[in-house]
Amino acid sequence: MEPMIEFKDFSFKYRAQKEPTLRDINLTIMPGEKVLIVGPSGSGKSTLAHCVNGLVPFSYAGEMTGTLRVGGKNPADLGLFGLSKIVGTVLQDTDGQFIGLTVAEDIAFALENDNVPQEEMIPKVDEVAELVDVKKLLGNAPRELSGGQKQRVSMAGVMVDDVDILLFDEPLANLDPATGKRAIDLIDQIQKKKKTTILIIEHRLEDALYRDVDRIVVVGEGRIVADTTPDELLVTDVLEKQGIREPLYITAIKHAGCRIQAQDKPMHMETMDLESYRDKVRAWFDKTEGKEKRPDSASALKVEDLYFSYVEGKPILQHIHFDIKKGEMVSIVGKNGAGKSTLSNLICGFYKPTRGTICLNGRDMAPLSIKERGEKIGLVMQSPNQMISKPMIFDEVALGLAVRGTSEDEIKERVHQTLKTCGLYPFRNWPVSALSFGQKKRVSIASILVMNPEVMILDEPTAGQDYRHYTEIMDFLKEINETLGITIIMITHDMHLMLEYTDRAIVIADGHLIADDTPAKVLTNEVIADKAYLKKTSLYDLAVGCGIGNPSEFVERFIAYEREQKKAGKPDKREEEEMRADG
Amino acid sequence: MAKILSYEEKDTWIHELSGVTKLIFFLLWCLTSMLTYDTRVLVTMLILALIIFKISQTEWKQVGAVFKLVMVFLVFNVLAIYLFSPDQGTAIYGTKTVLFHIAGRYDVTMEQLFYELNVVIKYFTVIPAVFMFLVTTNPSEFAASLNKMGVSYNVGYSISIALRYIPDVQGEFTKIKHAQEARGIEMSGKASLISRIKNTATIIFPLIFSSMDRIDVVSNAMELRGFGKHKKRTWYMGKPLGRNDYLAIAFTVLFSVAALVVTFADGSRFYNPFG
Repeated sequence: MEPMIEFKDFSFKYRAQKEPTLRDINLTIMPGEKVLIVGPSGSGKSTLAHCVNGLVPFSYAGEMTGTLRVGGKNPADLGLFGLSKIVGTVLQDTDGQFIGLTVAEDIAFALENDNVPQEEMIPKVDEVAELVDVKKLLGNAPRELSGGQKQRVSMAGVMVDDVDILLFDEPLANLDPATGKRAIDLIDQIQKKKKTTILIIEHRLEDALYRDVDRIVVVGEGRIVADTTPDELLVTDVLEKQGIREPLYITAIKHAGCRIQAQDKPMHMETMDLESYRDKVRAWFDKTEGKEKRPDSASALKVEDLYFSYVEGKPILQHIHFDIKKGEMVSIVGKNGAGKSTLSNLICGFYKPTRGTICLNGRDMAPLSIKERGEKIGLVMQSPNQMISKPMIFDEVALGLAVRGTSEDEIKERVHQTLKTCGLYPFRNWPVSALSFGQKKRVSIASILVMNPEVMILDEPTAGQDYRHYTEIMDFLKEINETLGITIIMITHDMHLMLEYTDRAIVIADGHLIADDTPAKVLTNEVIADKAYLKKTSLYDLAVGCGIGNPSEFVERFIAYEREQKKAGKPDKREEEEMRADG
Repeated sequence: MAKILSYEEKDTWIHELSGVTKLIFFLLWCLTSMLTYDTRVLVTMLILALIIFKISQTEWKQVGAVFKLVMVFLVFNVLAIYLFSPDQGTAIYGTKTVLFHIAGRYDVTMEQLFYELNVVIKYFTVIPAVFMFLVTTNPSEFAASLNKMGVSYNVGYSISIALRYIPDVQGEFTKIKHAQEARGIEMSGKASLISRIKNTATIIFPLIFSSMDRIDVVSNAMELRGFGKHKKRTWYMGKPLGRNDYLAIAFTVLFSVAALVVTFADGSRFYNPFG
């Protein structure tokens, strides 16, 4: 059989760059295979994908050496449009990919461009819509769809072309965990039904492995560092070395001092043979200590009996109540569109509650204006690009003080102090545009921190970042939380984040508060996880599989152990980064 | 989300018409209204426009805000005409019936009032046609129609794409505005006009940057699905012309011809009640 995709001694260098992004790539993918491509940001995994769908070199120019065959043909001969008949790409940003004004038009887009007559187009659109289960939504506009639905429309939009290869660029990035699971399942069904070759680029390995894949290709620094079956890969330390998070149950088994064997099928927790690990995991559980309870402190943010609706009779939030204590780090979780953002909008005063009160330090905030609240409660948006409005770093951080008429000397002092806290002091005279995404994120946090807020709300602080950057940002937030005593609230659907970095999770589903408990308890409770579109953590299954009677305590101890290790082992990463910036 | 002047699906025969038909109607109607100053024609058009507007079931909330804006322009226009040429009516109709004197060369004459009345009616014949066209034409179908009439599909699709992403950009705008307000940038009436204009920059720049990110994604997504491959493309939402379309076009053409014949029959485009 002829390979579907074949790279031979392939290298690629972007025109604007000195060093090649991909080097000596040798990779063969056979028709009908399902391959997962993982790697940290900047490893070249996206470039690899762009070589397959033709964005490289047709949209992003550069030099290639070696050979590449897609569908047995040379991409250079096919051109971007020729390739689009063979490779269908589903982008990470499902909003951006949605081009049509309605679902039906978006699915038909490729057919329209191909001059398919209307009478053939309509049945074809119906057929594909049926396949991905969006038939009922054909007349809907994109704003009426959920993230998961938009993604399915995107899939349909490339499948109308009967492509041989489906390429998914981080399909899980914008979805809540349960929707992500369904997406992986749908991809699996499509592959089985249509025998399409599937490439999935994703750094959330555990979630991507929800269904079988044939192979995992690990990309690191422009080279392929592993190309093997999931079972074989999980036995090695390749993932750890590349800064990709391995599945949590694997980490836990390793903590227990076991060496994992490929024949035990570690690809899925549910089907893994735990026989040889059970005793050691149990022993580890018995000797590991849980987390100490933090002493109760005074109330920082208290929400009582909160209701909100845009239109009467259609409540967005109902009877929400919680009390966040000073110095806590809390996550607010729930499925996309459950009302999480509305809640933060109410806290910041952008909207007025229909009923109920929000108190800061025991005082009702209702009379305070947005600006006045902003001095006490800082809001950090998901993308730094949504906040940064000044070309220079100093000015950006100083903005909040400048508009409040603070004296110049004081501004200078406070900005410099904040920049030091955030590890941005060496860059103080740089333009913002020279920074990396992670550094920009830090600038946007600094611009809030400079106002000495008591509470900081962050909307998806780690969205779209790989494990290394994720760890950097979160460790930084933890540090602010511990050293400055700022109460931190994070709105997220990243379960790792809530589990590892927060002590408490407030769970919202369909406008109701359904749980307010430790993340370990929330993520081991099937009913809550289901309702809030979360996913039960695999640690739970591991605990049950090893016969541990108290799975949530197992999760607690795992997290405590990880934090302990982190404290003991790692040097301050930020300093390394600063050195790099200076050098 | 604001839905001002945007397409809304409704079940009327006007909505059913093809975008081409409505475009032809719209263009000829405005042309006729521009050319004629014949009051009889204008009044007929006004009545017809109001009837059509009524049939299209357009609601006040769809067009109200824009209507008010147009009214402001209308008032300015009428005042400006009087300010700069208070004797325009006399020049046109050849008589001067002074009602009363204001100051200097400013008299209020019957002729001037009548002339300005015609201007006002012209506005009111065009406004319903514009509104009706915008709120009853499905943008995708309209893009298809334009393309069928020989306009490059790039033009039609640009309109579609703009309409597709306007709500997204509006949402983004609100989010950014909120975040900046929380940082202390005053956008409400409390701040002076100048500082508000200055403060707008703190919203506009982030908005531009985040929109640029989006443009990159959108153009990649379009190319990956073959946009621009051929000189022609087909349209999922295209609508062939039906019986009603031909009738409507025929009516529009006949009406325009008749209106212009009536207007120019006496050699002047003005109807003169004074002579």
